[in-house]
Order: sequence, then structure tokens, then C-alpha cells
Amino acid sequence: MGHILKTFEDGADGVLVAGCLEGRCHFQTGNLYARQRVEHVAELLDQIGLEGERARMINISAGMGAKFAELANEFAKTISALGPTGLKKKPASRELPLPSGKIE
Amino acid sequence: MIVADQKPIEDIRKMLKGKKKVLAIGCGTCVAVCFAGGKREVGVLSSAVRMATELEGEPVQIDETIVQRQCEKEFIEHLGDQLGEYDAVLSLGCGVGVQTLADQFPGTRILPGLNTKFMGGPTEQGVWEERCQGCGNCLLEYTGGICPISRCAKQLMNGPCGGTDEGGRCEVDPDTPCAWFNIWERMDALDIQDQLMEIQPPKDWSTSRDGGRRKIVRKDLQKPKLDEGS
Repeated sequence: MGHILKTFEDGADGVLVAGCLEGRCHFQTGNLYARQRVEHVAELLDQIGLEGERARMINISAGMGAKFAELANEFAKTISALGPTGLKKKPASRELPLPSGKIE
Repeated sequence: MIVADQKPIEDIRKMLKGKKKVLAIGCGTCVAVCFAGGKREVGVLSSAVRMATELEGEPVQIDETIVQRQCEKEFIEHLGDQLGEYDAVLSLGCGVGVQTLADQFPGTRILPGLNTKFMGGPTEQGVWEERCQGCGNCLLEYTGGICPISRCAKQLMNGPCGGTDEGGRCEVDPDTPCAWFNIWERMDALDIQDQLMEIQPPKDWSTSRDGGRRKIVRKDLQKPKLDEGS
């Protein structure tokens, strides 16, 4: 979820996450988890003051090029209609170095 | 573990009103494993608040870091050199972590980013439930390892209230199993249900919150004091 939000911070006006077809994921339920997390990001965007529609999950296979183009164009239209986020540039921020080791 | 939940972004925005530069500090222990205040959660929350405040026209710079254990000063004292440049610290530790930071750095405004909820554990993926209220006098010996203090809405000590439904659920919340129904089932399975016939006297709550702030002193672990006269 963090990298989707950081993408918005970096200037993206929308993020489309494409996962495998449901039930056809190499990681079995990985695409279902991904959908839940994209939905959570959309809720966060609403809380932030951005439109939740700016983050969307689609399910598509590698052999569905035409469908992918259709969904991507549709998403681009949605984002164009919403307009820019209003976030001009990523604010300066940094991660402080850890005293020792990596902590998750 | 101590289980916590992030405060709503709106609450955090209000707390940070007027601040220009804030350090968000996560904790790598309890709140990391309940996905409230670990490294990733610090990243997500910081990112969200940065964007929210920028959209409001009052951007707050939020830097990020994490310590292994916010509730012990040895794990946080290295932060002292860096806090001077910040208007405030947003702690994503539990209430103990927030207070340890505030005690260690009294000159810095320490703000809570989490709501500390309870002592408990995960019962299924993505679900945490309360299991202990720290009453200070554990009675799990008498109740088959199921705590009626934390798991019975009425904290009953001698059997169910009578409001248990046929499925063994609590009348206060139908989603919650009746603790005493579960205690009976457990002790029946262990063939020790006769122990439940022994009446438990009124509980002495002085070891719980009723006795005020609690403290443990372990003389065997305290720093030895040199006797200056010897």
C-alpha cells in the first residue's frame, strides 16, 4: 500500500493495479489480497481528500491485450475527468538511519 | 501482545495543525506484528498525512523512523540528537511507547498516532481479540485457561449469567462466544468440570486498576548499590 501512496506523492494522478484473473493467480490468493489492499488505499485517498476512484484494481490475463487497452483507456478517462490531484511535488522527507539492523 | 489501531487521519491532521516538521516513529515489537505501527504502517500513514496536509495548503514534512522497542529508553535514547529539528514527534507506538518517549524527551511534543486497544492476540488472519486485562492475580487455573475477566462482558467469576443463547453466544454481543460456556466445555473435555462446583470468593481487585498505578520491583535485577562505608 505504501508504494501506491508514494506514487501519488510522486505526482501520479491515478494508479491502476492489474492482477491475474481471480482463481488463476500463480500466488493463488495474491490477487485477492491485492484487491483488498487497493480498496484500502482508495478509502485512505477519500480520507486524505483525494477521490478514491484514483486507485483501481483490475483482473486481467496476459492474453487479454484488447481488454487491457479498453480498461486502461476507461481508467485514463476517469482520471482525466477528475483532473490533477493538486499535489505539486513530493514534499521533502527522509527516513532516519536505523541504529542497528533492519526492522520490519 | 499489546494490540493497537491507527487513529483516523482526520484526528492526526488536527493534532499536527500548525506543525511544519514532524518525525513519525514506529515500533518494531507488538504494534508491528498487529500491523498498526511497524515500518510499513509508518510509511503509509506518513505518506497519507503528507498528502492530506499539502492538499490543505499547510504541508507538513514528515520524516520516518522506527525503533525496535519504544517502551524502553535504551532503544530510543539515540533519537535525542535528532529531535531538536522537529516541531513534534508522531509516535506509532502503544501508549507505553508514547509515554516513554515523552519521559525521555520532555522538551519535545510527543503525539499519539495509535489508539492502544487491549492485550490479546490474533484469532484468525486480520482479527485480534482481547485475552487479558492484567488484573494482577491470574485465575486461569480455575477456568480451564479461559479468562472470564477479559472474555465475559460481565466479568462473572462463578458461572454464566443466564443470558447465554443456545449456540453458546453472549447476550451482550451475539458475535462473541460466552466465556463461561467455553469454560464449561473446556473443563468438561479435560474431565475437571467438578472443580467448577467450588465457589470462588469475591475477587480482590486491589491488584488490578482499583489499587492505582501498579509497579513491579525486582530486587534481584536492580543495579547493586555500593556501600560507601565498607
